[in-house]
Amino acid sequence: MRRNLIIGGALSALMVLAALVSFVWTPFEHTAMDIPNKLQSPNFTHWLGTDHFGRDIFSMIMVGARTSIAVAVVAVGIGVGLGVPLGLWAAARQGGWVDEVIMRGNDLIFAFPSLVIAILITAIFGAGAVNAIIAIGIFNIPVFARVTRGGALPLWAREFILAARVAGKGAARISVEHILPNLANLLIVQATIQFSLGILAEAALSYVGLGAQPPTPSWGRMLADAQTLVSIAPHMALVPGFAIILTVLGLNLLGDGLRDALDPRLRVART
Amino acid sequence: MLRYTLKRLLSLLVSLAIASLVIFVVIEVAPGDPASFMLGINAQEDTLAALRAELGLDQPKWQRYVSWVGGMVQGDFGMSYQYRTPVAEMIGDRLWVSLPLALYALTLSTLIAFPAGIYAAARRGKPGDMGVMGATQLGVAIPNFWFAMMLVLIFAINLRWFSAGGFAGWDKGFFAALKSLTLPAIALALPQAAILARVMRSALLDVLGEDFMRTARAKGLTRGQALRRHGLRNAMIPVLTILGLQFSFLLAGGIIIEQVFYLPGLGRLIFQSISARDLIVVESVTMLLVFAVILVNFAVDLAYAAVDPRLRART
Repeated sequence: MRRNLIIGGALSALMVLAALVSFVWTPFEHTAMDIPNKLQSPNFTHWLGTDHFGRDIFSMIMVGARTSIAVAVVAVGIGVGLGVPLGLWAAARQGGWVDEVIMRGNDLIFAFPSLVIAILITAIFGAGAVNAIIAIGIFNIPVFARVTRGGALPLWAREFILAARVAGKGAARISVEHILPNLANLLIVQATIQFSLGILAEAALSYVGLGAQPPTPSWGRMLADAQTLVSIAPHMALVPGFAIILTVLGLNLLGDGLRDALDPRLRVART
Repeated sequence: MLRYTLKRLLSLLVSLAIASLVIFVVIEVAPGDPASFMLGINAQEDTLAALRAELGLDQPKWQRYVSWVGGMVQGDFGMSYQYRTPVAEMIGDRLWVSLPLALYALTLSTLIAFPAGIYAAARRGKPGDMGVMGATQLGVAIPNFWFAMMLVLIFAINLRWFSAGGFAGWDKGFFAALKSLTLPAIALALPQAAILARVMRSALLDVLGEDFMRTARAKGLTRGQALRRHGLRNAMIPVLTILGLQFSFLLAGGIIIEQVFYLPGLGRLIFQSISARDLIVVESVTMLLVFAVILVNFAVDLAYAAVDPRLRART
């Protein structure tokens, strides 16, 4: 199953590359309007065509990748930064009240319809990339807390942890020095999955006008702009759509590939 | 079973109480005064005060929270600031769009996912399996609102089989209404079907490796018989959970799809109310959606325990 890893890695790398290159070069200025050349289909000058203001879609997609990556990375960061410590803490105090409170709190966040709450947060505190990040990030916390706790619990029963305790290390030190390194694979795979979900969520929020605000290009808002023009300029909807699909597909394949590559047991079990 | 039910019921009530508090607090700290929003920037101070008193905005926060929750328990969701009609009525009207849409999408998703998942599990590792799995990878990567736009482009604009948006209304006849919900339901259902098919496949594969399946075959059942009588039933547990989760997702996820198709459902109601600072409507609709999600999860937990007695013993 190396194929998943290669295709997924290539697609993900392509998106990161597009975002990085956009800092130094784009075919056109992504905000430059050129009304006489509006709504052009893909051609030699404008590789992916132009939008209703004559802006170059290829350039907007490149810069839009920055927005998507930035939002998703920070949202995953919030999930890892808060969720992993909570999960480690809950596992170290398994069955105690700390564990109970953390896991019940997680259940509660899980029970909330995430999209509704994200819309609520961005609508009330103002639309924009920062609030979109917070809205998406909050729902990553219970995911990482649960994965961390689930992975940490069986480790606590192992001999090397017992040895560390005998050596006089406290629960916090054991969690950081012995439990966490053993969870790295699990967390990397989960981060990849949450990253792709973050990209989808950011696109949805921008689509309804609650994500990054103009003139910052975002794939979701490009789709919103395309909606009324879809019959005369279908490329305006097709291009950002494919950008989202390929990125999410790439990240999901990368996640699957990493899981197979990092966990030798699965490789045997699956075949 | 009774003990288990009571325990789950208690945690359901606690969840609802905390959820209502969170929603109330989030909306209360929101900037913007509904009264000044309704009357515009030139409103006199005494008019504003009068309106605030009329809407009950001058009461202490805790008192408003208690009356909001107390009212909801009795089915009274308060009065819309903007339209001066009972919120319960507005929700009732919109529910007749959102609920059928979610059910329609759930039906479609099940109809697609079950055969696909069973087929893939039965042909594990063969090209048929690879094809289905490839399709589901694509299905989870497609944003449903983009898929909705593509459906409009193909089936409404080019082929003219459906209208591009709007809702015919149930008074125009069942099929006319259903027809206007068809494209939105497909757009909602497809990504969900992809997830469900994957769950169905892996659940079946887990079950197929069990000893009791071998025993069933040894007893003389054919592959198909063993799958139908013992395999599917045991595979249903994880599938049911996901189905429950998906229903709540479809109800809430309709928000974006309703925007694409201009459907007068709960989603559009939330957006319109947010932009008009009609907080009481936003509060109540959000609470209703959260309530639906928590209730569905509760029902799934109970269904679980009814299907699998082992789960009852564990708690």
